[in-house]
Amino acid sequence: MPIKLPFRPRRQEFPPDLWTRCPDCGEMLYNKQLEKNLRVCPKCGHHFRLRVDARLRLLLDQNSFAERDGALKSVDPLGFIDQKPYLDRLEAAEVSTGLREAAVWGTGSIGGHRVVICAMDFAFMGGSMGSVVGEKVTRAIEAARSDRLPLVIVSSSGGARMQEGTLALMQLAKTCAALGRLAGAGVPYISVMTDPTTGGVFASFAALGDVNLAEPRALIGFAGARVAAGTIAEELPPGFQRAEFLLEHGFLDEVVPRPQLRDRLIALLRLFRPAPLVPVESQNGTGPMLRSLGLMDVLGDRDETRGSAEAAGSQGPARG
Amino acid sequence: MQAGTLHERDPDHAALREQVWTRVQLARNVRRPHALELMRHMAAEIVELHGDRLFRDDPAIVGGLARLDRHRIVFVGHQKGAETDENIRRNFGMPHPEGYRKGIRLFQLAERLKLPVVTIVDTPGAFPGQASEERGVAEAIARSIQVLSGLRTPVVVVITGEGGSGGALALGVGDVVLALENSIYWVSSPEGCASILWRSPEAAQDAAVAMRLTAADQAELGVIDQVIAEPGQGAHTDHADTAKRLKAAIVARLDELADQPVDALVQARYGRFRDMGAWTTVEPVVPRSERIGGLAERWGLTDRLRGLLESGRATLTGSVEQPLRPQAGDLADEPPLREEV
Repeated sequence: MPIKLPFRPRRQEFPPDLWTRCPDCGEMLYNKQLEKNLRVCPKCGHHFRLRVDARLRLLLDQNSFAERDGALKSVDPLGFIDQKPYLDRLEAAEVSTGLREAAVWGTGSIGGHRVVICAMDFAFMGGSMGSVVGEKVTRAIEAARSDRLPLVIVSSSGGARMQEGTLALMQLAKTCAALGRLAGAGVPYISVMTDPTTGGVFASFAALGDVNLAEPRALIGFAGARVAAGTIAEELPPGFQRAEFLLEHGFLDEVVPRPQLRDRLIALLRLFRPAPLVPVESQNGTGPMLRSLGLMDVLGDRDETRGSAEAAGSQGPARG
Repeated sequence: MQAGTLHERDPDHAALREQVWTRVQLARNVRRPHALELMRHMAAEIVELHGDRLFRDDPAIVGGLARLDRHRIVFVGHQKGAETDENIRRNFGMPHPEGYRKGIRLFQLAERLKLPVVTIVDTPGAFPGQASEERGVAEAIARSIQVLSGLRTPVVVVITGEGGSGGALALGVGDVVLALENSIYWVSSPEGCASILWRSPEAAQDAAVAMRLTAADQAELGVIDQVIAEPGQGAHTDHADTAKRLKAAIVARLDELADQPVDALVQARYGRFRDMGAWTTVEPVVPRSERIGGLAERWGLTDRLRGLLESGRATLTGSVEQPLRPQAGDLADEPPLREEV
């Protein structure tokens, strides 16, 4: 019941920029406190989406980040107009997010370990992957390969960007191909999936981590629930396409709550370094020859320096 | 304002819409020849192989060994059915992950035996159901793309009907991508795109035009390399002739690719997909202050101060470097479009 105050109320409503209602438990959360708590609901542990700058601050050592290719900008290759021209949508996204695209990449360090990192921002057109996002992810992968630095990609995306048609689809091929070369060079890749990681992003680089991590309850799936429900009349079980569902079915190594994510990455990076260079490397980028050499080398390095049980814990799932 | 009124005012657009939609329907025509049928017409010898060795045999993806003229090949393709019964058995050409894993098994077999691969793409998309997700359809697609992109043997891709998004691309990475005239290739089905971007499935025809999904458009975008003309009113009117035209194009490409050193082949395939996309480069920094300023006007002074002090709103900092290689967009003021693709 509202209490009548003798003076004019200063605000008619909670300004959305100051208070947020937790969609899980309904608690009203003061934004400043929510930010302090890494945007995790202090009452129920719901993980709110993190903007890309906050994500990088969370994971990286202070002032260690150097962005690359920040000047890449999308164009409209198809002349795409739905209810709004694509270029207008891009401009609106730029103004509302202060970002130029849905992905940011660069180099930085995590607990003193130098890494190449790429992070996505769902606030920019649903984190969708068009040419620029695909290009940035690919350049990050290629830099990790040439500089022999571990790669961390934090995904948050609804999938491929429809407004760029099949050119967006081709980014799946581009990123997967680059990851194939990275694997061939013996450089580890940690994929961190956050809410949501779906469609073409999940069906390309996000699924291919040597280690796949995810935040609790993150929506991770190939087909959006709307697509699944629309295409096939199937009743979907509770928890379907959530991080815990994927862990149970063997597609994640671990579900890591946000406050522990940085420490988890540090623990992995301590054990999970790029394999030392082998002579064949300079000659040719990929191929089974090099790949097996790279693997042998990793094993050799491990036996030398650490116990095998320790090393086994850091191995990603090998599927094919 | 509404997309629905645009083409009514513009007769050219209405005609284009009609024309594109006709192709969509031709691509989906159930009488169209599907993978096995085309292979039986094209190949002198053929042995189908089954199963992914992990879970089960997926009837929505077929594959095996065959001979096309002088080439012994491994083929893998999506398989739709011609009759309702067969279509149900083959899940309307919508593979589960085990279908893609069968493909991966056959691609790797081809690599070991140094046989070229021919893939036949014709699917509305990978199956989006629970079983598919449980067994990791996204991982299977990504892995298939990755295996094909680095496969050390020639790969010829033919799109014969529907190229439905990631489920199609899983078999769609090759040294050369051919397409039948009435085939289509998309990132999201026209219906799906319409319901998301237009918020009405009735706008599917507008979406089809906007996405530029026809084979001719895809060739212009550089996504496919060659369009193969279909006989008569479309491939469904003459299966044998369609197969003949297809075979001529495939064999010509296999002849070409057979002479290339495998390192150069894999390098060129990487380059083919690496170069896809269109973008430009601009001066850095879009200030986020606009957003904060806009809100501040509505608030009192304390709110405003609080807003300014709010920690979560810092803008992203970091140096912006030059791109790794020059882009066409650097040179011209007009937006670089198809040429750059």
